Amino acid sequence: MSLTAFLSMGGYAEFVWPSYAVVLTVLVWNVIAARRSHRRAAEEARRRLQISGTQS
Amino acid sequence: MWTWFHKLSSPPHFYRVAGKMVPWFAWPAALLIVAALVGGLVLAPRDYQQGDAYRIMYVHAPSAWMSLMVYVVMAVSAAIGLIWRIKLAHAVAAGCAPIGATFTFAALATGALWGQPMWGTWWVWDARLTSELILLFLYLGYIALRSAIDDPQRADRASAVLAIVGVINVPIIHYSVVWWNTLHQAPSVTKMGAPTISLPMLIPLLMMLLGFTLYFVAVLLTRVRGEVLRRERNAGWIREGLAQ
Repeated sequence: MSLTAFLSMGGYAEFVWPSYAVVLTVLVWNVIAARRSHRRAAEEARRRLQISGTQS
Repeated sequence: MWTWFHKLSSPPHFYRVAGKMVPWFAWPAALLIVAALVGGLVLAPRDYQQGDAYRIMYVHAPSAWMSLMVYVVMAVSAAIGLIWRIKLAHAVAAGCAPIGATFTFAALATGALWGQPMWGTWWVWDARLTSELILLFLYLGYIALRSAIDDPQRADRASAVLAIVGVINVPIIHYSVVWWNTLHQAPSVTKMGAPTISLPMLIPLLMMLLGFTLYFVAVLLTRVRGEVLRRERNAGWIREGLAQ
């Protein structure tokens, strides 16, 4: 099978590839957003602990 | 078993264990999804009716599965949090919402992209599509309600009620293709005994479903770890937990 035949998806390229693009975007976004959310919570917790002044 | 569960639901213990568990779900998920992409796009044969358009199934069905499974996890956690007043359960429910909302969007978008070449329309107001759209609004309503209430405990309780009431929509979505005449085809996998899909087509789909499920656990654990940090005020363990 040639690459162009593969990319043309039997004439359905304009439907198949955007579908995969949407889902891959959602997969990647969720990983980035979850990690960012955790990182922000950690930074915020660090700040809160410093302000409360209990030094270790 | 109960003592194990009780120990796990303590925030410091959960935070530590969850952090260790994430890669054990994330890597198998990544491998399964990549393998299923190759299987679904390259190795699986062309469908004799739908041609290559049916390959949208490999991302559409797992997204739709996620939209329902994540909602059930969210509603059950919300109920546990509401009944037994477990903060961690509310944190799990809060972590589910953005994941579920994005996969519901993906299910609707890929459904439209599949509907156009197969049915000749992007959208119809039939039972399956409409109930899935309501699911998206339930997720968005949950997120909006949560962010509209400043007091975390009140936000937990109010959003939990919304999540629990909305769970009625899940069986409606699932059985909509059976109860009503819809354009949407009946599921090909869950028909027990008589599989209506050939093995080379089925295997990538099952791998994708499993991959998405493991992926969900990894992403959810990461989100819940953040939620636990936000809910825990002035606790000494956070200092130790963050030092690692």
